Amino acid sequence: MKDVGFIALTYVITFGVVGALVATTLVAGRRLSDHVADEDKPWT
Amino acid sequence: MGSQATRSGVGTPATRVFGVIATLALGWVVVGGIFVTPPDVVQGESVRIMYVHVPTAWVSYLAFIVTAVASAGYLFGRRHSLGFDRVAGAAAQVGVSFMALTLISGSLWGRLTWGTFWEWDPRLTTTAFLFVTYLGYLAVRGLDGTPAQRAKRSAIVALLAVFEIPLVHFSVVLWRSLHQEASVLSTDGDIKMDDLMLFTLLVGVVGFTALFMWLVSHRQRVMALRDIVESRRIDVAMAERVAEGTPL
Repeated sequence: MKDVGFIALTYVITFGVVGALVATTLVAGRRLSDHVADEDKPWT
Repeated sequence: MGSQATRSGVGTPATRVFGVIATLALGWVVVGGIFVTPPDVVQGESVRIMYVHVPTAWVSYLAFIVTAVASAGYLFGRRHSLGFDRVAGAAAQVGVSFMALTLISGSLWGRLTWGTFWEWDPRLTTTAFLFVTYLGYLAVRGLDGTPAQRAKRSAIVALLAVFEIPLVHFSVVLWRSLHQEASVLSTDGDIKMDDLMLFTLLVGVVGFTALFMWLVSHRQRVMALRDIVESRRIDVAMAERVAEGTPL
């Protein structure tokens, strides 16, 4: 049963870090894009 | 300038496609990897760690290769476009994060299969060295200087650092190693894995790759926005000093 804890910990850490990366990226994008006009964003 | 005149966020229809692919594929990795796939005949249940360990390792290699290619694009391109530099920086940030995940998941897997979290084995040692090298790359990017200075010096570091990747990948062949050789293909080219396990592993590779594309696309745009905001802040500060009559 020791395996279960290690496997669960691997998935929690991996998807926790992935979630944090996605969240910080979205927040930074929204915060900064509010300060820049659309004509300065080539992707819009 | 106000929020009413701007679109919030840095997403596009293309990045939304990457996001949907990543969500679906990684959803399967969690469900299939933990609950559906069979245990391995040799490693037992611990093989479930493979479904995140192998794709994160693959994505970190991919990220560092993208960093090198984009750096070459900046350094040798005619226009020395800072867009290349931002892609290089964004890919390295994601690559370092995924390499950290590879080391952590590998360490937990190692504890189950080898009985130890860490061994100064060729694959583990070269991977740790690669991780530290790219932490150094990110530190170089953080040094003071103009965006062009930042881009030039970090591009040179990236083009040198990428040569470590073959060393890491082939370390299990070049030296005696605890680490297993290629998980999917044997040296004679035969696939030696249960179909459902192979499917889940490949879905993991697709999912983490789509996530990488999503993250790099968004983060390089965030960097572009940050450069614009920072440039304006400097312009405002200089204008204020000129108005005050203070020498620049």
